Amino acid sequence: MDLFEYQARDLFEAHNIPVLAGAVATTADEAEQAAASMGGKVVVKAQVKVGGRGKAGGVKLAEDAADAKVKASAILGMDIKGHTVHKVMIAQAAPIAEEYYMAILLDRANRNFLVMASVAGGMEIEEVAHTSPEKLARVGIDPNVGISNDQALEIVKAGQFPADIAQSVADVLVKLWSAFVAEDATLMEINPLVKTVDGRIIALDGKVTLDDNAEFRHPNHEALVDHAAANPLEAAAKEKNLNYVKLDGEVGIIGNGAGLVMSTLDVVAYAGEKYGVKPANFLDIGGGASAEVMANGLSIILGDPDVRSVFVNVFGGITACDAVANGIVQALEILGDKATKPIVVRLDGNNVLEGRRILNEAAHPLVQQLDTMDGAAAKAAELAAK
Amino acid sequence: MAIFINKETKVIVQGMTGSEGTKHTTRMLKYGTNVVGGVTPGKGGQVVEIDGKQLPVFNSVAEAVAATGANASVVFVPPKFAKAAVMDAIDAELPLCVVITEGIPVHDSAAFYAHAVAKGKTRLIGPNCPGLISPGLSNIGIIPGDITGAGRIGLVSKSGTLTYQMMYELRDFGFSTAVGIGGDPIIGTTHIDCLKAFQDDPDTDAIVMIGEIGGDAEERAAAFIAEYVTKPVVGYVAGFTAPEGKTMGHAGAIVSGSSGTAEAKKVALEAAGVKVGKTPSETAALMREILSAK
Repeated sequence: MDLFEYQARDLFEAHNIPVLAGAVATTADEAEQAAASMGGKVVVKAQVKVGGRGKAGGVKLAEDAADAKVKASAILGMDIKGHTVHKVMIAQAAPIAEEYYMAILLDRANRNFLVMASVAGGMEIEEVAHTSPEKLARVGIDPNVGISNDQALEIVKAGQFPADIAQSVADVLVKLWSAFVAEDATLMEINPLVKTVDGRIIALDGKVTLDDNAEFRHPNHEALVDHAAANPLEAAAKEKNLNYVKLDGEVGIIGNGAGLVMSTLDVVAYAGEKYGVKPANFLDIGGGASAEVMANGLSIILGDPDVRSVFVNVFGGITACDAVANGIVQALEILGDKATKPIVVRLDGNNVLEGRRILNEAAHPLVQQLDTMDGAAAKAAELAAK
Repeated sequence: MAIFINKETKVIVQGMTGSEGTKHTTRMLKYGTNVVGGVTPGKGGQVVEIDGKQLPVFNSVAEAVAATGANASVVFVPPKFAKAAVMDAIDAELPLCVVITEGIPVHDSAAFYAHAVAKGKTRLIGPNCPGLISPGLSNIGIIPGDITGAGRIGLVSKSGTLTYQMMYELRDFGFSTAVGIGGDPIIGTTHIDCLKAFQDDPDTDAIVMIGEIGGDAEERAAAFIAEYVTKPVVGYVAGFTAPEGKTMGHAGAIVSGSSGTAEAKKVALEAAGVKVGKTPSETAALMREILSAK
């Protein structure tokens, strides 16, 4: 889960990382109040989970509370790269002397965590890595050891931070590491980390990604979920513990196993080129594929007004195809009249003959079977075109 | 021969007394896997009968190894307790630990992977993987044993069901070993580890490699193939049409920016001489051509 900037700010503050006063507002009036209680100049910042909001006009300096209201009403409702701005953060304005960069992230290639720190902040770190790699410290961290003050100081030195602030920056890094671990983050980025004209080191903007697998030890992370942004179908699927992603096509997809479903999307997309149709969703019902799970999955997909045909693609592994076939039959019974779109089923693997027999016997008018994944994808695409 | 596991592999099941553990222990025993016991902390001393076999339960992997001579474990422990279980296997210096559990926090995987590297004794496979099978010899994990028989193709895949699909498509040729390495961001055994083992295995003639979007493991595997692998390799990558920024089921399967796309992986693999299929069936056909020409 990616956090909004204001959520990242709050999380940093909770872990004693120095931040400026900040408050979130969903209306211009709230923005005015927040600015009034902070006093002085403030920055009004669009809260969207996408980069480039500054260039898009989503960050504005306000002279006072009244001005903050004007700026907030201009920013709220704005569209930034397809993201509508529903919230703004009102942040205290600070006179900035220098901008730096600091981040800790999951490093898949090296299978550990990576610290990046650089005296060159305020721009894309990829650009720093490209144009002045000597200014970017990149250090792998052993998760079982962590970052000591001494190591933090070495990293800060390697990132070419000036000696007079080295200890303050190292302090931030040690705190950032403990926040990273405590919150089960996969990314914590401070960009920019700034030095104010009066010499304070402050995290001015942050990006945080939290590990969804670690939800069980962070009941408080539930409050950070942006329910407003979730597609209603995705939200309904999540409630049923289904792994569903809404896409923008017409062929509904159900399969078992993430890899097979991704592969199914590809095969349907290829088959659909001829008919101008694409997959409408990703839905992995997992290994179990019981009747209930199948019914939940089918009802989500049939509830998608964009869907014109459905492709159920199952390879029976542990779960035998007869169980899957029974699941489809029962799901259609449960759904009754709500099932209105043609369903193409391809079963293969464990006990496939029995599975196909069950579906043939049920002879549901909406269901047709094909023996191969490619053939079934072509049929589903053809049906969606009609 | 085969890679990583064979008839001599003695397996203990971590989490054997749980429902998943019991279910899959039964399946493994039916297949002929040499399961010699289980580990469930707090239940040491019990004996469970599974599929007609009396299996002792131990409190720790070290105790299980001392009593049974086990040289591999398979982990069915829930995510909450998986880190402790894997650490236990690493501390006992078990040569192989196969982690089936799905949904382990990546900080936990990072910790046990680093520990395994530091100790240098344990090969981890997974987490979030279906395990591995050397048909006719041993089956550790949840791969259905009846899809295919023994043969001379090696298979390495991030995805479970795509592994099954490919084994099924090529069942008339059969497999030396099929390894599901898992789709998490941090995994213990990579495509490269398996490619190396298959290249060095005299009983493997050709290799199928299945990848998916996210990360750059396939690109690195391609570089390794160019440098080390002389046996024919056929590849498949799932997720050509996956949109950017959406996680496709596996925690690791996400295209971010220009990195991790299926197209980039395909290009890298083809540059290394790997024939890449557009679909699983096309990939199987490519392998069929290679083996038929032999």
